[in-house]
Amino acid sequence: MTTSPRVGLFVTCLVDAMRPQIGFATIRLLEQAGCRVEVPRRQSCCGQPGSNSGDRRSAFRIAKTVIAAFEGYDYLVAPSGSCVGQIRSYPSLLSDPDWNGRAEDLARKSFEIIGFLHDVMGWHPEGIRLDATATYHDSCSGLRELGIEEQPRALLAEIEGLKMRPLDGANVCCGFGGTFCVKYPEISTAILSEKTGNIRQTGADLLLAGDLGCLMNIAGRLHREGAATRCFHTAEVLAGMADGPAIGESGT
Amino acid sequence: MTAAQIRQGFRQRATTALNDANLKVAINRTTGTAETKRAASVGDFPEFQAARDRAAAIKDHVIANLDHYLAEFERNAIAAGAHIHWVRGASEAASIVTRICKDAGAKRVTRSKSMLGEEIGLPHALDDAGIERVETDLAEHIIQLAGERPSHIIWPAMHRTREDVAVLFQKDHHPPPVAGDAASMVASARNVLRGKFLSADVGISGANFLVADTGATCTVTNEGNAELSTTPPRVHIVTAGIEKLVPSTDHAMALLRVLVRSATGGEVTQYTTFHCGPKRQGDADGPEEMHIVLVDNGRSRMLGDEFRTMLRCIRCGACMNHCVVYRQIGGHAYGGTYPGPMGAVLTPVLDGLAKSRDLPFACTLNGRCEEVCPVRIPLKTLLKAWRFRSWDSQQEVGAMRFGLGLWGFAARRPRLYRFGTRIALPLMRLFGRDGWIIRMPFDKGWTQTRDLPRPASRSFMSQHRKYGNKGPE
Ligand code: SF4
Repeated sequence: MTTSPRVGLFVTCLVDAMRPQIGFATIRLLEQAGCRVEVPRRQSCCGQPGSNSGDRRSAFRIAKTVIAAFEGYDYLVAPSGSCVGQIRSYPSLLSDPDWNGRAEDLARKSFEIIGFLHDVMGWHPEGIRLDATATYHDSCSGLRELGIEEQPRALLAEIEGLKMRPLDGANVCCGFGGTFCVKYPEISTAILSEKTGNIRQTGADLLLAGDLGCLMNIAGRLHREGAATRCFHTAEVLAGMADGPAIGESGT
Repeated sequence: MTAAQIRQGFRQRATTALNDANLKVAINRTTGTAETKRAASVGDFPEFQAARDRAAAIKDHVIANLDHYLAEFERNAIAAGAHIHWVRGASEAASIVTRICKDAGAKRVTRSKSMLGEEIGLPHALDDAGIERVETDLAEHIIQLAGERPSHIIWPAMHRTREDVAVLFQKDHHPPPVAGDAASMVASARNVLRGKFLSADVGISGANFLVADTGATCTVTNEGNAELSTTPPRVHIVTAGIEKLVPSTDHAMALLRVLVRSATGGEVTQYTTFHCGPKRQGDADGPEEMHIVLVDNGRSRMLGDEFRTMLRCIRCGACMNHCVVYRQIGGHAYGGTYPGPMGAVLTPVLDGLAKSRDLPFACTLNGRCEEVCPVRIPLKTLLKAWRFRSWDSQQEVGAMRFGLGLWGFAARRPRLYRFGTRIALPLMRLFGRDGWIIRMPFDKGWTQTRDLPRPASRSFMSQHRKYGNKGPE
């Protein structure tokens, strides 16, 4: 890349409210990779709560806000596969000829952070050390909509001192599913308990994933079960920010 | 599942299922094996992706030209000597079948497993008509003994463990089988069923494919019971959905390849039978009369809307075997004929959305079902399409509508949204202890079983405004 690309950071509503550190980790990584990062102020949410609940119109309107805020950048990057999946689905949501082309343009240049670092920027972690064992959960949208599978594993393998342990059923949903987890809490918990059971089986110190929704779900259950496993977003680890408090540890 | 259970709501049925430890064991055993076997068999078949594309293309072609192929099939089936009956609805279909049975003076009918038979309520209709019904598929036989409905489209009795079945057999089979010994149980079922095969007046089967250019129906089983239920009796009745058409035998075989791998992980089924008309002069065996009942029951309605791709479904069951929700609650919780992801799309078509509105919502949209579907049905998109319809037809509950409306309003006004976060975060933090919220009054769904990480004291946006890209440190 000759000139450094201008990247608009899409923060995601969960990162904004629950764990800002993931946003700063994402910025740090993008800058290390040689991007100029800006955070457009005209953003809030990608519209998933609406579209997944059936309210196409509200999702459609939020989509327009996002398109308008990000279309001036070379890339939109977000620390969440599911939000990027939603943004990439805008063209199918917008049946408005004035917006279709713009939605497609944005869809083409929207990326999940780990995939972006690995596939687009060819970035590698340097001088990061973390003496721990970790295991990785594949978040469904990142995995199936965006093909994020090898990239995080490849980058994590380059961190000195970090030992990765395979997770049984790593690509099986954790039961979060946005509003699903509060609409059908019993089913969600039954699914989740299998996930936490498998995570505990690995004996790893850390559980890593690329989406805060899944991470909050898994971390919340691990904590309720009294497990010591600590949960981080992959971006936090790659940015060397895993020495601070994990999700749910005080100090945040 | 009894009639009373059908009336219970989805949530209650799901809760019952979740509390049934035995059910969990049974489901895990079967779906676990199916998943492993499918993966192995797909791995052994390098052209699997291409075969899926071809299978989807065949189905799409037939769906787009359904009238043509139905007419061709009818012509050829009649030429082969079969009778064709066209029916619109489920009850009409069931009554035509019972009428044919009565006209044949049938006292006993053998039935080989067919989901369409379940869909049109055939077992019930036959029982009501006082005709002795013998289910010849081993799993269906178990279901019949237990007085239940199938819980899976390939393994109807998958909700029952071997141990359960042993108990059922002890009660009904003479002499009773050795408890827990699969071979002895199968042998006892075989003994019970064998005499009945030969003494039935009518045999009823479904069809996996209807072959347009020959007028033949194609049925696949692993037990050979379809052959035994349809060859010895004097009358053979086939019931099939109109979407089962394929242009030729080659096309049927192309679909069969992906069907079997996806369903059981095998390469072919043990028995693949084509029936083309009744017994002809010089034939050693076969029925004297053959009836084919072609059922619409909502299918032509799907032709014209976004659920059209659902007509590709070849009923392999892979979507349910890989579904996290199905694997927790089993098939009966879905409350319809078809369970799992495909059932969540089909049941609202068959029963109406009002009666089955939970189904498209009780899904995490993780997409594993469509990842394994051999005919690439975009199940996730179709489930979302039901959610859109539910919203658009005002079936979504008021509180949800209101809440999302508010959210949407704020989300489109980022300054208002940020103002809201600034107020909400400290309020939420009041419920926290250390880093966690253990109990929160308006969020019971979450905090009953999980803790919620305490939100940040200041949102990312406000920290970013203060510290810039470097963040707070
Ligand atoms: S929807 Fe697909 S995976 Fe599910 S039963 Fe039908 S063909 Fe099989």
